[in-house]
Amino acid sequence: MSALSVRHLTVEFATRAGAARAVNDVSFDLEPGERLGLVGESGSGKTTTALSLLRLIRPPGRLVAGEILIAGQDIAAAGPEALRRMRAARIALVPQGAMNALNPVLTCAAQFEDLFAAHNAQGGRARIAALLTSVGLDPAVADRYPHQLSGGMKQRVCIALAIALRPAVIVADEPTSALDVIVQKQVLKTLIAVQRDLGAAVVLVGHDMGLMAQFAHRIGVMYAGRLVELGPVREIFADPRHPYTRMLIDSLPGFCERGVFKGIPGLPPSLLSPPPGCPFAPRCPRAEPRCAVEVPETRVLGPGHEVRCHVA
Amino acid sequence: MLAYILRRIGMAALVMFVALSVNFSIPRLMPGDPVEQVLAAASAAGGQSGNMADTARVMRARLGLDQPMWRQYLSYLGNSARLDLGVSVASYPQPVSEIVLAGLPWTVGLLGTATLISFVLGTVLGALMAWPKAPRVLKVLAVPVVVLSAIPYFILGLVLMALLGIAWPVLPVAGGYPFGVVLNPDIASALAIARHAVLPGLSIVLASLGTWAVAMRGMVVGVLGEDYIMLAEAKGLSERRIFLAYGLRNALLPQFTALALRLGLLVSGAILVEVIFAYPGIGYRLYVAIGQKDVFVVQGIVLLLSAAIAGAMLVLDLLYPLIDPRVAAGHA
Repeated sequence: MSALSVRHLTVEFATRAGAARAVNDVSFDLEPGERLGLVGESGSGKTTTALSLLRLIRPPGRLVAGEILIAGQDIAAAGPEALRRMRAARIALVPQGAMNALNPVLTCAAQFEDLFAAHNAQGGRARIAALLTSVGLDPAVADRYPHQLSGGMKQRVCIALAIALRPAVIVADEPTSALDVIVQKQVLKTLIAVQRDLGAAVVLVGHDMGLMAQFAHRIGVMYAGRLVELGPVREIFADPRHPYTRMLIDSLPGFCERGVFKGIPGLPPSLLSPPPGCPFAPRCPRAEPRCAVEVPETRVLGPGHEVRCHVA
Repeated sequence: MLAYILRRIGMAALVMFVALSVNFSIPRLMPGDPVEQVLAAASAAGGQSGNMADTARVMRARLGLDQPMWRQYLSYLGNSARLDLGVSVASYPQPVSEIVLAGLPWTVGLLGTATLISFVLGTVLGALMAWPKAPRVLKVLAVPVVVLSAIPYFILGLVLMALLGIAWPVLPVAGGYPFGVVLNPDIASALAIARHAVLPGLSIVLASLGTWAVAMRGMVVGVLGEDYIMLAEAKGLSERRIFLAYGLRNALLPQFTALALRLGLLVSGAILVEVIFAYPGIGYRLYVAIGQKDVFVVQGIVLLLSAAIAGAMLVLDLLYPLIDPRVAAGHA
């Protein structure tokens, strides 16, 4: 049974000019212990997708449709109290801004204790010390305030908070974007280590394809709110099927050749008035006439590999 | 931590030294001689007898104004340290400290209470106005509160006086206690004092409530956008815990600074309210002293004001590390 099953997830932001559909009919399944990397450019809806898994979208954003099933329970349909109980216990968040994610006026220990208290879980110094040790921190960090910790240490505290109640799913929203390359790698290794111990599934949001290649089992590529391709990491890199995925990978600078930087010409479409057909059609080198009028359905190409494209 | 405390105390001492020096020099740099002015006024009123020059000399000697400047400065510093603020020129020879001390409890009692009430009410109201899940009534309430805060407190005082003191006379409109009554430490006196404090207090509370509420609302809105609020939600904390320990607690920090400054300004804070309601506080006495050109009383009250602000800031600086751990570490 899947650890997480997302069906037709759709999120809209109400704006003066109408509803902007930031996440459009996104579906995927995650097995226990599986790591999914969500990639895409800014505004593609990857962070919105990740946050809506915990229903953390704030107004004017709204989850308009879809199911988010964890062990048969639908987060999308849960009432306030059920939702509160599922957060952190079933599905936990490792936030984006490590710098600012901890309450500056409480010690780390207090921020663990209120988590335990909110879920009637067993807390205590020994439990906190064990959690801190498991993410490679000194147990003495418990008595520190966030401003006394480095960025990497704060992110480790956030990881320890995320695994404290042994959730089935961990959502990590660009957890390393504020850190330098060396610390990034250490933090990700820590995340992988604790995730393996727990057997939890992970959704990792990021735009660093290199980091994703090392971390994820499967990669989901998002474009204009849609999940355009989802597949095993090797297949995605070796044989990308969606033209957008291919161009994204081709745009990565290599070490060997010092050549011209290859970008993707054009800009993503407006989410307020998306093109009637495939959202990538206006920039797609392989677009056919029907791409401009008909939204491609999701097609399964092989085990765990699917794409939303007419020509792939 | 000890270094922090000592640095703060040293800073307060420095502020007081500068305030004393400025306070010493300004009256002496002003044109005119207070002794001659008072004597001239007295003789114009027909109260003059004997040799004017002799009287002036004696009075100057009594006030220490015949000494060289450096000696005046040193004895001024020494006297101030002993809380000896000199004597009033207008109601000679009443000591200034006596006049100030007589007014202080009234001002601190009235304005301290009114400021704390409006701080607490305004802050809670502002915080709830910004909280998305607060009752809708509060958002409606915001409008009259903000409108009230745009009206100067002395105008509000006059309106309240006209409504509750004259049109519908339920409350006394002047004084700190009933005229001709001797105050005793009993319930009846306390009630009389409280009744007299209602109108001036109410005008201050109503006029400043909105300021606190608007400032707090802005602060809470800012804090709500912080990542730690989202993480608190993701942790499944209760709405109440997020509001109190994550939202309010962080939004309150600048609010406390404003409160300390406001409490420091209390002493001179609402001169006009005290004048309108003939309330026997410091502000009223300052108003009278300025009218009488009573230099030493004005000087004494200004010094008290500086001391109050420096003292309030010192207390805030010493308490701040308890509410914001980042401060003692030298991060702010």
